[in-house]
Parts: sequence; C-alpha cells; structure tokens
Amino acid sequence: MAEPVLQVSGLIKSFGGVLATDNVHLTVLPFETHAVIGPNGAGKTTLIAQLSGALRPDAGEIHFKGRDITHFPPYRRSLAGLARSFQITSVVQEMTVLQNVALAVQAHRGHSFRFWHPAAADRELIEPAMERLEQVSLAERAHDLTNALSHGERRQLEIAMALATDAELLLLDEPMAGMGIEESSRMVSTLQALKGEKTMLLVEHDMDVVFTLADRISVLVYGKVIATGSPEEVRSDDAVRRAYLGDEVA
Amino acid sequence: MESRSANGLMGKVLNLSFNGWLMIVVLVIFAFAPVLTEVFNQPFYLDVATRLVILAIAAVSLNLILGFGGMISFGHAAFLGLGAYSVGIPFYYDIYNGWLHFALAIVVSAVFAVITGAICLRTRGVYFIMITMAFGQMVYFAGVSAEEYGADDGLSIYVRSNFNGVLNFDDDTSLYYICFVSLLVALYIVHRIVNSRFGMAVRGAKGNEERMRAVGFNVYIYRLTCYAIAGAMCGFAGALLANFTDFISPEMIDWTRSGELMFMVILGGSGTLFGPFLGAAAFVGLDVFLSQYWVHWRLIFGILLVLTVLFAKGGITGVVANLESMLRRTRGRGSSAAKADGEGPDG
Repeated sequence: MAEPVLQVSGLIKSFGGVLATDNVHLTVLPFETHAVIGPNGAGKTTLIAQLSGALRPDAGEIHFKGRDITHFPPYRRSLAGLARSFQITSVVQEMTVLQNVALAVQAHRGHSFRFWHPAAADRELIEPAMERLEQVSLAERAHDLTNALSHGERRQLEIAMALATDAELLLLDEPMAGMGIEESSRMVSTLQALKGEKTMLLVEHDMDVVFTLADRISVLVYGKVIATGSPEEVRSDDAVRRAYLGDEVA
Repeated sequence: MESRSANGLMGKVLNLSFNGWLMIVVLVIFAFAPVLTEVFNQPFYLDVATRLVILAIAAVSLNLILGFGGMISFGHAAFLGLGAYSVGIPFYYDIYNGWLHFALAIVVSAVFAVITGAICLRTRGVYFIMITMAFGQMVYFAGVSAEEYGADDGLSIYVRSNFNGVLNFDDDTSLYYICFVSLLVALYIVHRIVNSRFGMAVRGAKGNEERMRAVGFNVYIYRLTCYAIAGAMCGFAGALLANFTDFISPEMIDWTRSGELMFMVILGGSGTLFGPFLGAAAFVGLDVFLSQYWVHWRLIFGILLVLTVLFAKGGITGVVANLESMLRRTRGRGSSAAKADGEGPDG
C-alpha cells in the first residue's frame, strides 16, 4: 500500500466536556476521493477545522505526507500542500475573481516581500491563475468583483484558489452547500474532472454526490469514525444504517 | 491602472476619471502654491500649505495601514512625535546635521513600529485600536516627563536641519517644495507598494484574513512590515514638522492628534491613493477658515465625520466617484463599471 497522504491518529477534541472529536483515526490514500459523512452534529466541521489548523486538537496527531503537521498554523499547512475550501464561502470580497486566484498562486511562489513591481502585470501570477479559472470554467468572469458572482460561482472560485496553491490534498467542506441542482451538478463535474489527479477529502451532506464521487467513505457519528470502506461496504454496514442512513437506503 | 497601460499615455489621460482630474488639479495648485501666495501677497497661506502638506504625508502613511491594510491604528501621531524629537533632541545637543536627523527619524520610528506592532498585531478589532492608542500615549507621557527637553512646555528649535547646502530648510519656499516633493514621493511609494505582491498580500488580509491564511500567507509578518513602513514614513513627516514649526512638544503626540490623522484619512477616502491628501486639505482648510468665525468650530468636524461615515463611506473620493457614475448613467455614455474595474485603488 502506498504511503498515505493524510494520516490522522487518535485525534481528540472536546468542548466543555462534549467530545466533538473522539479518538478519530483516518487514512487518506494518494489520489483517492475520500468522503466523510455523518449526521448533523457528528463533528465533521470540527474535524475539518483541526485538519486545516483553525482548531488545535487536545490530543492525537496529524501527519501529512509523513510529516507531523499537528502544530502547524494554517498558512504553513497550505504551504505544505494542503488546501481547504470553506463551508461558508470565503473569498476576498473587494477583489476581482482573478486577483483572488492570483493571490493563491502568489502565496506559493516564494515570499511576498516584493514591494515595487505591480502584481497585476506579473505574468508569473496571472497566467497560472487564468489557467485555474478555465479549469473551473470561470475564466469569463475573471475581471468581475467577487460579490458579483452567484453562490455557485463563488464555490467554483474557491476550488480554483485551492488548485492555484498546487495543493496535493484538497479539503472540501460541503462544496455543494446551499446550491441549486444546476450549480451542484456543475460542481460535481468539476470535482469529477479532478478525481484521480488530486487527493480529496470531501465532507458532504448530499448522499447522491458522495456515492457518485467517493472512492472510500468514513462515517462519523458523535465524533467517532464508526465505519470506513468503499461506498458499497458503507451502504451495507449495519451500524451505519442504524446510526445514520436510516430509511433512506433501506 | 495596469489594464489600461497598453493604451499608452494619451489613452490614460483621455480616460481619466473625475478623481483623476481632481488629483491633477489639486497637484497643480499645490505645485504653484508659493507663486500663488506671492501673487496674492498672502504669505500666511504658504505656511498653511506647508503644514497641510506635512500632515498629508502623515495621513498618507496612516492610510497605508488603515485604508489598505485594515489596521485601525489610533496611535499614529506617536510616529509624528518620534520624528519630531529626532530633530529636537539632537538640536538640543548642538547637532544640526539634517541627514542624521532624518535618518534617526526614520530608523527610530521603524524600530518603534516593529516593537509595538509585534504586540499590537496579535490583537484584533477594538483591542487593536486601544493598544495602538496606549502605545501612543506612552510616547506622549515619555515626552511629558522628559524634563531635559522641556517636558510639557516643549522645546524651541532655533537651528533647522542642516543639509550642507544641498537642501535649504531656512527659506520658506524652499522648505515648502521639500515638503511637497516628499509628499509626491510618499504617494508614489504607496502607489507602488499597494499594487505590488506585498501590497496584494496586505490588502487581501484586510479583505479576508482567514482566507489569506488558508491560502498560505503568513499574514502577521506582512502586516508587521506594512506597519513599520507606515511608521517610518510618518516619522519622516514628523521630522519635517519639527523643522517647520521650529518647536516640538508632547502635544503633537497626543491621541487627539492621532484622531485628527484618522479624520483626514476617512474624510478624504480611506483605501484610495489620493484620498488622504484631499482629507488633509479639507481638514486644514476648515481649521483655518472656520476658526476665524466661530470659537466652537471644532464641533463642525464632529458633525462632518458623522455625516461622512453615515452617508459617504468613501469620503471625498467616494462622493466624486459616485457623482461621476451618476452623471455617466444619466447621459448613458460609456460603461462606468468597465472603467471602475481598471482603476484599482487609485480611483
């Protein structure tokens, strides 16, 4: 078996006695799309926050490409090759779509202590940024301000930014949240195009999406991973059916 | 700006926005200020213009952190004071070398900015405002308790910075032009910085700090650097101010002074290149005119600030830009949206 891209072991996080993350073990293999599902309050967001560095775990370790990143601040995780999208879309509002992606490129092209040359004329930033926008089919909106984008487009932009960091692992926190059917299917095809090219850890509510995209699924209930396996294995797992899927797949 | 650079200089001039024209007109007026005051025989107004230009440099430096960086500092006058004392204290020891004065002003301010900024920038929001103000007041009280240098009463400077004949600080017109060119240089530096990679990192952090971290920026270190640049620039303005007023006192560091600088930035249009200059002009202009007619003229400032914040968030620059887009819409010519896109922070 190849060395895992992400190895989470014994992760624990509690809030005032409530275990939001209860001894979580999770392995994400190279180039797989790994989905984390679970009912509301299962601790998915808390888990993502710890993986991206926004929250500090009480115990446990996070290894990324064999490196212990448990105590890395978010920006160092990004530099190491771990990109995240946010559950609530998060882009730089006062800037254009292109500027947002160019910033993501810039962050990974050495330090930004360059005070003189205009960044907008910097082909080293603009060209890769445009490529990423084409990849998520947002190129024609490059010069619009981000607040002119629809919700779905903003999500696409977030993916473009994640890609612009040349990340090896994409942490996608409910990329379809709040989307209409059309927007959602556009996102699915964007992610499908990335499948096999990038390693993805996907937190998602929409079961159709999860079963369409995921190679493997981990089920999180009350902060615990109760099952991990292929979509078929998870679908037929008794504990999962009881705890989560309920009648939906019965 | 950059998107239009292909059109060449002519294209740029023809495409100039109202704010662009306003900038040119104001710059031309100020470029000829000594001539104008001479023609109208009003030497007092050359003094006003000099003070205005110096305060504009301070406002431009504050705008770099406040307007572009989103760091709302309420202690910026500290740098003005540090720069001024960098001239006053050497003078007290009979050291008149201007190069030394100004080098000292810049270095002391930058070092103070790095040390205090390292602490301030660990806080956010209202805490940042309070802690920058606290550091400013520390400098103020250091000045008040410095008996040797006049404490509360301040210190008169009888000999201005000496640049061995290269620059003449003693002649009013010469001093004015030194200040005016310094302002132009400051504006140009800020223009380059805010459009550079560094500037994009700092502006991005203002727009969405968490996002910038997630994308791989060490926001703290870029903010701190920006803070130090702004501090050094304001220290330079302080050294000019000491030369102009021939006097230093803790009063120039008081937090109300920091408030005035903030007022200039907000009134003119924070986060725009030229706004702080317009704000400083409006501030000093009102100061001079209103004080002739009414003892409580400062009340007007308060009302103006309230009105600006409530109805004209972009300050003077914003009002002019809105006026332009309104006019263009009613005349139905050209798409102002496409223009606005190309203008970036200079608009």
